[in-house]
Amino acid sequence: MPISPEAHTVKQFDVQLANLRNMVMEMGGLAEDQLKRAIAALDEEDLAATRETIARDRIINGLQLKADEECISIIALRQPLGSDLRLIMSLASIVTDLERIGDGAKKIARMTLHIYDGVSSPPSAKLLRDVKPMAQTAATMLHDCLDALARLDVPKALSIIHSDTELDQEFQGALRRLITYMMEDPRTIGHAINVVFIIKALERIGDHCKNIAEHTVYLVEGKNIQQRRNIDMNVVDALVKDVEMTWTNNP
Amino acid sequence: MSTTAIETESVLGQPLRSAAEPRQKSTIEVTDYNNRQTVGKITVDNPKMLCREVDVYYGQKQAIKNVSLDIGANEVIAFIGPSGCGKSTFLRCLNRMNDTIPSARVTGQIKLDNDDIYAKEIDVVQLRARVGMVFQKPNPFPKSIYENVAYGPRIHGMVNTKAELDDLVRESLERAGLIKEVEKRMLEPGTSLSGGQQQRLCIARAIAVNPEVILMDEPCSALDPIATAKIEELIDELRENYTIVIVTHSMQQAARVSQRTAYFHLGDLIEIGDTDQIFTNPRHKLTEDYITGRFG
Repeated sequence: MPISPEAHTVKQFDVQLANLRNMVMEMGGLAEDQLKRAIAALDEEDLAATRETIARDRIINGLQLKADEECISIIALRQPLGSDLRLIMSLASIVTDLERIGDGAKKIARMTLHIYDGVSSPPSAKLLRDVKPMAQTAATMLHDCLDALARLDVPKALSIIHSDTELDQEFQGALRRLITYMMEDPRTIGHAINVVFIIKALERIGDHCKNIAEHTVYLVEGKNIQQRRNIDMNVVDALVKDVEMTWTNNP
Repeated sequence: MSTTAIETESVLGQPLRSAAEPRQKSTIEVTDYNNRQTVGKITVDNPKMLCREVDVYYGQKQAIKNVSLDIGANEVIAFIGPSGCGKSTFLRCLNRMNDTIPSARVTGQIKLDNDDIYAKEIDVVQLRARVGMVFQKPNPFPKSIYENVAYGPRIHGMVNTKAELDDLVRESLERAGLIKEVEKRMLEPGTSLSGGQQQRLCIARAIAVNPEVILMDEPCSALDPIATAKIEELIDELRENYTIVIVTHSMQQAARVSQRTAYFHLGDLIEIGDTDQIFTNPRHKLTEDYITGRFG
């Protein structure tokens, strides 16, 4: 039986797939690096490094375009099916998530510039207290989800989905504290709002990591586990019926 | 590309995480190539044909090994697999076309509704009127377009008057999507049509005798993409009234036209299931390898 389990009969197909995988992993490495740089620059109040981080975002954007082109080319030329199809569709989505993670890092860098722009006095340390632990959680999630993707490690991918709940809770806690500071002392509002944008960016990065983990599960298992918000569909259906009834009775 | 790559590596100061090959695919339930038990549900709720434990031999050689499957009413089921896997052989069992090959021997049971089609009392000519066939290469009779379609109803005594026959011919050509192109040239030879038109003429000829099942053995492999698209559109329309079994080498075609797909390999039915599932989440490694182009 002329079966070679891993390689395609058309070798160029394997080359294209490997190329795409490499591009995605490269994007992942860059996104991780960008997040680290943005947080380090914020921590060290290093505006030059901050500006560099902002400038470097276009490298990820450029890679996204290339990866998208490669996906389209594979679909057009190879008509992938089965696991190949799942791989292409998942990677195409993951590429978007990675680009957004890059945007998140850029957003943090932008806010750093706003905070340390030299016009106003620097913020007190307590305003920034929650940023570091949240950044740590987000960075770990990003690292883990890229690892899970590279190794096709489903249990690890599933654990990331749980970490995201943790990060969301950290975000809610941090937000409450910032609101308290703002109410206590309205002069902190300017800085606090910038910090809110930073922690929101971190929270979004966590969401994108969760998406990447979900796509990883799909690409391995063929099962879509994307979590919607906890909506009871029976309640929604009942609601829809209710609305329809109202409209038919009172046109 | 190259500049970006260099920049990245120097930036990270550490080797990039290597992109692992996707190895363990856990949608695959059967990874053992030697396990040749059929994966998937062979039965349907409203079967038109029932095949159980069908074996086919050409002389000593066994071409089909213990294949069981249902063909549902009003469904399009596609048989796919590499050359020599037995899909055409199995298709030809369904209207006893293998009877014409002296060395061929069929065992097991094939039922159309409740009739065992290999029973002694079955009239093969009547059977083939109920289970029609369209071949790979269009093969119109060397007669006029009209006569090509009129031939079947006439020998089966399905019509009494010329007017009835005219209507039936027209209706069949209409259902095959050919009427507009041929209504002004009914008396010209069937072979004067283009390849795609000839194939639709053959389909019109097959449906003129009002069959219940239509077998199609690679009906589009000799046609260009436009003619292929027309035939595929036609298959979709015909599904309302007929059950269609199609053998095709084009997996894209199988994916486009069928609701269920059966994958054959070296005479075994390896996997059968909903077309969506077969092409996105196949359960047998052999199916996965075939549809992703890893052998064959």
